[in-house]
Amino acid sequence: MESQPVFRTRGLTKSYDQGEVTVRALRGVDLELYTGELVVLLGASGSGKSTLLNILGGLDLPSSGEVSYGDLDLSVANDRLLTRYRREHVGFVFQFYNLIPSLTALENVAVVTEIAANPMTPEEALSLVGLQDRGLHFPAQLSGGEQQRVAIARAIAKRPAVLLCDEPTGALDSTTGILVLEALESANRETGTTTVIITHNAAIAGMADRVITMSDGSISGERRNSERQPPKELSW
Amino acid sequence: MFLARSVLGTKLRRELWRMRGQVLAIALVIAGGVAVCVMSLVAYSSLNATRELYYQQNQFAEVFAPLKRAPRQALHRVSEIPGVVRLSARVEAAAKLELPGFTEPVSARVLSVPESGQPEVNRLFVRQGRLPAPGRNAETAIVGAFAEAHGLRPGDRFSVIINGRKQTLIITGIVESPEFIYVLPPGGMLPDFKRFGVLWLSQESLSAAMDMRGAFNSVVVRVQPGYPLASVIHDLDRELDRYGATGAFSRRDQFSHRFLSDDLDQLKIMATVFPLIFMSVAMFLLHVVISRLVNTQRDIIAVLKAFGYSNRQIAWHYSQLVLSIAALGLALGLVAGIWLGRGLGELYMEFYRLPGLLFRLNPAWLALLILVTAFVAWLGGWRAIRQAAALPPAEAMRPEGPARFRMVGAERWFSGLRLSPPSRMIIRQMARRPLRALLSMVGIAMATAIVMVGNFQFDSVSLMVQTEFARVQQQDLTATLVEPANAAVLFGLQRQPGIRYAEGRRSVAVRLVHGHRDRRSALHGMPAEARLQFVVDQNLQSVTLPQDGLLLTDFLATELGVSPGEYLRVEMLEGDRRTFSVPVAGVTSEFLGVGAYMRLPALNRALGEGPVINQILLSVDPASNDDVYQSLREAPRVLGIGIRQAMLDSFYDTLARTFLTFTFFNSLLGAIIAFGVIYNTIRIALAEKGRELASLRVMGYTHNEIAHILFGDMAVMLVVGIVGGWLFGQGLAWMIITAMQTELYRVPLTITAHTLGISATVVFVSAIVSGGVAWWRLRHLDLVAVLKTRE
Repeated sequence: MESQPVFRTRGLTKSYDQGEVTVRALRGVDLELYTGELVVLLGASGSGKSTLLNILGGLDLPSSGEVSYGDLDLSVANDRLLTRYRREHVGFVFQFYNLIPSLTALENVAVVTEIAANPMTPEEALSLVGLQDRGLHFPAQLSGGEQQRVAIARAIAKRPAVLLCDEPTGALDSTTGILVLEALESANRETGTTTVIITHNAAIAGMADRVITMSDGSISGERRNSERQPPKELSW
Repeated sequence: MFLARSVLGTKLRRELWRMRGQVLAIALVIAGGVAVCVMSLVAYSSLNATRELYYQQNQFAEVFAPLKRAPRQALHRVSEIPGVVRLSARVEAAAKLELPGFTEPVSARVLSVPESGQPEVNRLFVRQGRLPAPGRNAETAIVGAFAEAHGLRPGDRFSVIINGRKQTLIITGIVESPEFIYVLPPGGMLPDFKRFGVLWLSQESLSAAMDMRGAFNSVVVRVQPGYPLASVIHDLDRELDRYGATGAFSRRDQFSHRFLSDDLDQLKIMATVFPLIFMSVAMFLLHVVISRLVNTQRDIIAVLKAFGYSNRQIAWHYSQLVLSIAALGLALGLVAGIWLGRGLGELYMEFYRLPGLLFRLNPAWLALLILVTAFVAWLGGWRAIRQAAALPPAEAMRPEGPARFRMVGAERWFSGLRLSPPSRMIIRQMARRPLRALLSMVGIAMATAIVMVGNFQFDSVSLMVQTEFARVQQQDLTATLVEPANAAVLFGLQRQPGIRYAEGRRSVAVRLVHGHRDRRSALHGMPAEARLQFVVDQNLQSVTLPQDGLLLTDFLATELGVSPGEYLRVEMLEGDRRTFSVPVAGVTSEFLGVGAYMRLPALNRALGEGPVINQILLSVDPASNDDVYQSLREAPRVLGIGIRQAMLDSFYDTLARTFLTFTFFNSLLGAIIAFGVIYNTIRIALAEKGRELASLRVMGYTHNEIAHILFGDMAVMLVVGIVGGWLFGQGLAWMIITAMQTELYRVPLTITAHTLGISATVVFVSAIVSGGVAWWRLRHLDLVAVLKTRE
């Protein structure tokens, strides 16, 4: 299952200037991610995991160091290139779902399928997350868990090579959170998408192939699960 | 495609619908500007095209040459003048009319039509009936305006005194002429369709009445296109000099043509000034609304970018939003503008006698207007669009940071004042976004100014007329004599019952020359102690006429480039055509027309004539009006009579008819702007402060207390905006007045408390209406929901 690294970073750093103080969010991260694996990136708030995810997703550029996706050097890519990279290869899931409130579930998915090269239909994507019957509902008519599943459907609908999830269960109770994780797990299993889930919730780690722990802007630990635990069995 | 079936298109449509109140408010402002522009353009193009075609079809003359008397044989020489393609020689006369059941004096201009029917030049448009036939002495065709004013039809009869001889005429036709699109009595400034008419008689009968058999006293000429008019005028003057020509002139100096041209120019001003104001307000509104929208959609923009939408696609998405609003405004404005333009054209047709109004709208202008509107709207949203496009996706995921507030300087200065927390919130809210607060005030000021500009013109025109007919002219009647007469006639007149006082004047047509500049004008000789008609200065104080030298209307002095102390050459255009030099003693200030004034004896001396006059001003006992009219009508030496009160009445009648329409229209335009600005400002304040207000409600503040916070800064902006608008309106009014100055009239700038009051009221009512909508929303503020939302 593990073959080529999809992502590879070397000495990755990122600093933000916030007025008088400079925040060093990443302090030299070396990392490889492989095709098809499900990685949980664990860390407390402020550990730099979101910054890392943003750089992997082409939303942000590192201050120094290398980051590459296959042959593509993301650390020096310009905005056009990053846009194309995101459009063709990456799917995102956010903590607050970030659905467009004026569009129905189906239309929210279509936002992505319309600009993708080889997408599934929005209906297919919704049925992958078990929401085939809720397509005509607006975000405001859906529960938090359902909204997050629509967001997952939106992320996987274009058949991305990587799926990057930023605290996907952060705003949900555990029962709903598990439904969402199941959707992510099955998407990873069925489409072979490299999936990175970042969370501060250690209980989620069990469903991963690999668990990477971050603290203070660098990787502080890494372990491999011998077996992926089904999300159903998780609890917090 | 624009708003195609893409999902983002759907998003756009739903957002437009959700913000429909604000969208409509902005679209209406755009529509207001577009409508005024299209209305003016439609009226301008239509009137212009109608006039052009009318001139073309009826062979309207390019040059007019009045003279005393020339034999028909002289025409041969005139027709050989280079550049002349066709001409008509005719007899012109003045007449006094007696209409059954109308006791006031009526005068008319009479022109001959050739035996063959239609003249070669200045052909008539026959609305009804036919032209007078040769050999039938008693036939006449009359101008449409006059016929309508008196309800005359073909077959009706009336009496006329031409050259002192009374005869009865039968109307054969109602006609219009390109020469009399605007029917004005000679020397008058306001149309009076009841008391002045134009008649056409056959050449034979008019020649007989005027003792002009085999002769003519007017030539009108069509000139080969592109041929210099000055050369034709020069040749005509040379050729006709020996026949007592008073100087040929071009269309530029032809009254009817001149009036319509001036009005058309004013339409062009209207097509630019008003839309400019509307578009700048629309720009500001779009800026505020789209900025706000982009701020609330930061996360959506981030998601779209995260999923690979390019900056350009994001920019286009928000541009479409802006352009949709512009398109809505354009569509509304176009429909309204075309409709209003036709209406305005019809309104003009009440004063301008054209055979029928053609409808024209230059597609190039329309295309330009559409482009400009789209561009201006886009420019309004530009900052926000650019901000959306440039938003780094990672940053956009974070909500906008908390707004930065600070203590306002003023707060510290007035620290002793102990402001309540809500008042502090109001002050700091304005200080946080000073530009937006300023622009809101500017918007309110513009709304105020629009209403003012719409209404002040009536005050100004009223003042102009009031000054002219109450301050400058105090006579009840003006009688023009056929030939200059000895001033001794005044004594005879004063003894007549009903006449309180009579004053004589001498008026001659002259050409005033200074260096290479020259102007045709009238030179008036007036008694030193004039009691009925005065010359006034800028402060409307009467000016004493100098012993020697002349006074000149300031407008004319500027046109001639002459200042007091310099000499002016005066060429008489009648009598022995003598030329003399005279110093300019000073300038006068009149609102209507232009002229030069001298003491009567000095003018008589300069003209080498005895104490003669050719105009008599009369003050009449109102009880004897009809008797005086009757005796003047029958006096053979009196050419025509003007009644001051009748002119005023006819003017105010016209003004009253248009005043309400215009006031309503301008108030509506101002209200649209005021509503657009205030409604949007309040809606955005409500959106921005919703959480804050809900929190205060949770803490126990009452509705009224939070309304104070919401509307407090609005009230401040309203007061400052209205006062600023008064100042701005004054400046704008001054600009408009300056742009509208013509030789025919110069409207004075006057703004009454009434105008200020109307403008403030219109803006205030708009504010109350938009405030009411916000108040309603405030009452329905869902406290829990607002506090739960993430922002």
